[in-house]
Amino acid sequence: MPEKKIRVLIAKPGLDGHDRGAKVVARILRDAGMEVIYTGLRQTPEMVVAAALQEDVDVIGLSILSGAHMTLIPKVAELAKEKDLGEVLFLVGGIIPDDDAVALREMGIDGIFGPGASSEEIASFITENVKKG
Amino acid sequence: MDLVDRLLAGDRRAAAKLVTAMEDGGLSAREAIAALYPHTGRAHIVGVTGSPGTGKSTLVYELAKEFRGRGKTVGIIAVDPTSPFSGGALLGDRIRMQKLSTDAGIFIRSMASRGQLGGLARATGDAIKVLDAFGRDLIMVETVGAGQSEVEIASAAHTVIVVDAPGLGDDIQAIKAGLFEIADILVVNKADRDGADKTYLTLQMMLEMDEPGGARDWRPPLLKTIALQGEGATVLADAVEEHLAHLRESGHLATRTRRLAEEELRRIVGQELLDRLFGQVNGDRWHSLAGKVAERQLDPYTAADTLVDSFFHGLTAEETGKGCRS
Ligand SMILES: Nc1nc2c(ncn2[C@@H]2O[C@H](COP(=O)(O)OP(=O)(O)OP(=O)(O)O)[C@@H](O)[C@H]2O)c(=O)[nH]1
Ligand SMILES: [Mg+2]
Repeated sequence: MPEKKIRVLIAKPGLDGHDRGAKVVARILRDAGMEVIYTGLRQTPEMVVAAALQEDVDVIGLSILSGAHMTLIPKVAELAKEKDLGEVLFLVGGIIPDDDAVALREMGIDGIFGPGASSEEIASFITENVKKG
Repeated sequence: MDLVDRLLAGDRRAAAKLVTAMEDGGLSAREAIAALYPHTGRAHIVGVTGSPGTGKSTLVYELAKEFRGRGKTVGIIAVDPTSPFSGGALLGDRIRMQKLSTDAGIFIRSMASRGQLGGLARATGDAIKVLDAFGRDLIMVETVGAGQSEVEIASAAHTVIVVDAPGLGDDIQAIKAGLFEIADILVVNKADRDGADKTYLTLQMMLEMDEPGGARDWRPPLLKTIALQGEGATVLADAVEEHLAHLRESGHLATRTRRLAEEELRRIVGQELLDRLFGQVNGDRWHSLAGKVAERQLDPYTAADTLVDSFFHGLTAEETGKGCRS
């Protein structure tokens, strides 16, 4: 019988060419029973939001290492709102200083996970906070 | 405005929501199909299949670019397997196509097979209808990396491209038999790699053996591509268009469309009967019958007959009853 699945988009915006962390998270979420769309490296905010819209995801997870988080993440958040993706759960993974984290939460980022976050932590945060029914 | 109206007006978000509705199934999906079905039947549906890693996604990306250049709008449905252990899936086909993501004439959707075995998901057919009603001229469906039994795409597409590539381990087997039989177009991708000529020759031989006096009026063309460099995409796109033209001119398009409709109808009727029957079977009766089969008091065919017969008798009684009252 058909059933509802949590769909997650994992993207790696920015220019650095390293996505091991993003891939690890993608696998963890698959193992937690979610459908994970992985978009690969060097995604522009426009590409991320276009993919999230077509894939009708419940969760967008951005992995950021480059330190460009304060330009890229707000851009994605803004575009997502513009495209009416308001109910999507928005997560960021990476090294984010506390002050920036506060600012990002104000922009609508729902969860921020540092390099020390455990897989269970991320998966259960998603299942508990997914906004769509 | 409801989702189907928005879809017909060209709203991408509505298209995405409707595909999800198809995947999740249920009543709203059926109602949506009923509303959008009159607007389907226009798109050219092209299946792309082949063993894992042969370059299907890269090729779909190159083809999509090529067809955009020819003024066509393109929908893509890319199916990847669901893990039988977790029920989750890692959908990676999109990585190769992401550059087209922001083109308004492109719509890409990744789909998990959700336990379906034929290389497609249960909802793939309905997702095709959504993109067809959305007005896409061409819809490409990439199957799960296929073996010889993943041939369901043949009952979903007008044109099937089978992709092979050298260096997939086993030397002698070029394409698996089942796949070879459903090919309308054969592609040897990774023509830059060692062994591509050998793969090509093997397929050429298979094609020649397959032709006892030209029983088929379409001889599948055999093409070489280097998808990674976009080489061969133009010729492949030509072949796709030629195949459609052939289907039209020969009258096969109508027969094929008719056959697809019959297969779909048969599948739905079967599923519907099954659902209704099991929805009606009394749990105690089921367990008692199953118990008897397990204990060898009853053979499984007789047990099944008992159930099915009483289901249809129930139906007849009901209908006669209605007939009397009216
Ligand atoms: N050398 C070479 N590599 C290619 C070519 N086309 C694709 N590849 C590479 O082959 C690998 C697999 O390509 P995909 O397009 O993902 O193959 P696929 O058939 O979609 O794979 P699955 O969906 O996993 O079955 C990638 O690393 C591509 O870059 C080609 O023409 N030449
Ligand atoms: Mg692929």
